[in-house]
Amino acid sequence: MTKSFANRRRGSALLAAAAVALLSALAPFVAVANEGGAALPSAQVDLTDKASLQRGAGLFMSYCSGCHSLNYQRYSRTAQDLGLTEDQVEQNLIFTGARIGETMATGLDPAQGEKWMGKAPPDLSVVARTKHEGADWIYAYLKSFYVDESRPTGWNNTVFPGASMPHVLWELQGVQHAVTEPKHEGAEACPHGETNGRCITGFGIPEHQKGTQTPEEFDRTARDISAFLAYVGEPSQMHRESMGVWVVLFLAFLTFLTYLLKTEYWRDVH
Amino acid sequence: MNFLVKALNGGMGWVNERAPGLMPAYRKHMSEYYAPKNFNFWYYFGSLAMLVLVNQIVTGIFLTMQYKPSAAEAFASVEYIMRDVPGGWLIRYMHTTGASLFFIVVYLHMFRAMIYGSYQKPRELVWIIGMLIFLTLMAEAFMGYVLPWGQMSYWGAQVIINLFGTIPVIGQGLTEWIRGDYLIADATLNRFFALHVVALPLVILLLVVLHLGALHEVGSNNPDGVDIKKTKDPVTKVPLDGIPFHPYYTVKDLFGSAFFLTIAAFILFFIPTFFGIFIEPPNFVPANPMVTPIPLEPVWYFMPFYMMLRSVPSFLGTQVWGVLVMGGAVMILFGLPWFDRSPVKSIRYRPLLHKVMIGLFAIAFVLLGYFVTQPGTDTLTWIARLLTLFYFLFFLTMPVWSRMGTFKAVPDRVTTHD
Repeated sequence: MTKSFANRRRGSALLAAAAVALLSALAPFVAVANEGGAALPSAQVDLTDKASLQRGAGLFMSYCSGCHSLNYQRYSRTAQDLGLTEDQVEQNLIFTGARIGETMATGLDPAQGEKWMGKAPPDLSVVARTKHEGADWIYAYLKSFYVDESRPTGWNNTVFPGASMPHVLWELQGVQHAVTEPKHEGAEACPHGETNGRCITGFGIPEHQKGTQTPEEFDRTARDISAFLAYVGEPSQMHRESMGVWVVLFLAFLTFLTYLLKTEYWRDVH
Repeated sequence: MNFLVKALNGGMGWVNERAPGLMPAYRKHMSEYYAPKNFNFWYYFGSLAMLVLVNQIVTGIFLTMQYKPSAAEAFASVEYIMRDVPGGWLIRYMHTTGASLFFIVVYLHMFRAMIYGSYQKPRELVWIIGMLIFLTLMAEAFMGYVLPWGQMSYWGAQVIINLFGTIPVIGQGLTEWIRGDYLIADATLNRFFALHVVALPLVILLLVVLHLGALHEVGSNNPDGVDIKKTKDPVTKVPLDGIPFHPYYTVKDLFGSAFFLTIAAFILFFIPTFFGIFIEPPNFVPANPMVTPIPLEPVWYFMPFYMMLRSVPSFLGTQVWGVLVMGGAVMILFGLPWFDRSPVKSIRYRPLLHKVMIGLFAIAFVLLGYFVTQPGTDTLTWIARLLTLFYFLFFLTMPVWSRMGTFKAVPDRVTTHD
C-alpha cells in the first residue's frame, strides 16, 4: 500500500527546512542561557563524621538555640544519630530544661524575637533544605558577616544582604571588615555585593580585633554547624543511603531474574 | 499435594459455578487477549503507569494516616512523617518520587501514541479516555503539591487559582468558590485534600478501567502500525502475529517493572529531591501569604504549559489570553486523531517531513519547559512565543502536512514475524 505523493515532495522539503531553521535559530540562545551567580565554595561537610556533627550540635546549642528552634527535631533522635548517650545530651546540650524526648525548641518567645530583631528568628529544622546549595550556603553565610554601621545590628552579610541577624560568632572569628573598591564604570552590579556604593572584594580582620580562633579553626566551626544543620534537615539521610545500596542491588538482581524468566517464556515466540 | 490440587480445583469450580462470567473475562483480557508480538521499548510505559498509580494509592493511604490537612499543622505533620514516623520518610519519598515518575511515564506513553499513530482509527476512544486521565492527573498532581503547605505549594496554588479569575464576569466569584475563602487558606487546603485523596483517585481508577476496556475492544497497535487481526490462523482464528497477553507480556512487563523500579529506587534513596526538581528547596519554607518566593515557578511537569501562559501578553485589559492559550494547549491534544490524515500509522513508514515535525514538536515542548528555569528576558519571551505558535501550528496544519511526502510501503505482517 505505497502512497506516493511525489508532486508534494518539494512542499514537504520546504516545510522541513523551515522547521529546522526555526530550531537552529534557537541553538545559540540555549547555549548562553545557562548563566548564574558565582558558585559558593564547598563546605566539605561530611555527615559520616560524627565528631564534626557532635561539635556542630554543641556550637548550635551554645550560639544559635538561644533564638532559633529546631521544632521538628527531638533531643533523643539527635542523641541516637550522633552517637551520644541521653545523659550526655541532657548535661551538655539541653539548656531549656526540656525533656530528652521533646523537640529542640528555643526558650525565646517569638513575639519578643520579633520585637528585638524586627523579625522572629526562623525555625532552622529544615533550613539546610531551603537552599539549592544546602549546607554550603550556611557555611558561606556564617563566614560572610562584616561590620556595617548602617544596619540596626551593626552587621551585614554578603551572602544574605540585609540579614536581621547579628554576627553571633564574632568572638570566635573576630570583627570582619569589608575590603572594597570603587564600582567599575558601566558595571551594573558588584559580583560579591556592595556597601556604601563600593564593591566588596573580600574581608579583612584588623590585628586588634582578632577572634579567639584562627581562620582555619573558624572554618571548622562554620563547617561543623553547617554539617549539624544538614543532618537535622533530614535525619534519615544516612540511613536512607545505606539502605538504598541494598534495595538497588536487590532490584538489579530481580531485573536480571525477570530478564531470564522473560527470555525463557519468549523462546517460542518467533 | 494431591489434596491441595483437589482443594484448589474444587474451590475454582465452586467460584465458577457462582460467577460464571469470571473465567471468560480473564480469558478475554489476559490469556486470550492477543497482543502484537513486536512491542518494543515504548510499550512498557502503559504497564509502568499502572504500577506507579498503584504505588501512589498505597503510599498515599499510609501518608493520610499521619498527615494533617490543616493550614496550622500540615507542614509540621509532613516533617513528623519524615522524622518521627518509622519508615515515614520512605513512604513519603515513594509518593513524591512516584508523582514525578508518573508524569515521565505518562508523557512517554503519550509520545509513543504519537509516533506510532496509536490514536488513529479505530483507537480514537482509547486516546480520548487517555487524555481524560491526563487531565485528571494534572488536577490530582496540582492538589497534591499543595498539601505539604510550603511556599511553592501556597504560591503555586495562588497562580493556578488566579487563572480562573481572568474569566470575565464570573472570574472573581469563581476563585472565591474554589478557595472557599477570600485567600488561599485552611478551607482551600481541606478541600484539596478531599479531592486529592478521594475524588480524583476514584475518577482516575474509573478512567483507567475504561481506557483498558476501550483498548481491549479494538486491540493494541504496534510499532509497525499493522492490523494484526487481518491475518488470522484459519482454524483457531488467532492473529498470526498475536501472542496471549498472559504469560508473554505479563513476564515482559515484569522485567520492565523491575528495571524501572531499580532506577526509581536509585533516585528515591540517593537523590530524592532530584537536584531540587522533584521537591523544590523553597517548599521547605512554610507557606507564608506575605512573602512571594522568587522565582515563582511550577513543578517541572507543568513547565511547558506554564511557559506558554507566561509568554502571552495581556491585551484589551485582560490576561485571559494566556490562560486560553495554556488551556488550549492541553485541549488541542484531544483532537489529534482528527488532525492526523496520514494514510499510515507508524512513523516507520512516514516521510521524513513527519519525522522532522514530530521531532521538532518534542523539542519545542521540552524547550518551553526549560525556559521557565531561565531568567526571563525579551529574547526568551519571543522565542517562547514562536515555540508556542509552533506547538499550535503543529496540530492545526497537521491535516495538511500529514498527507504530504512519500510514504513507505506498510508490510502486511509485523516485521519480526518468522
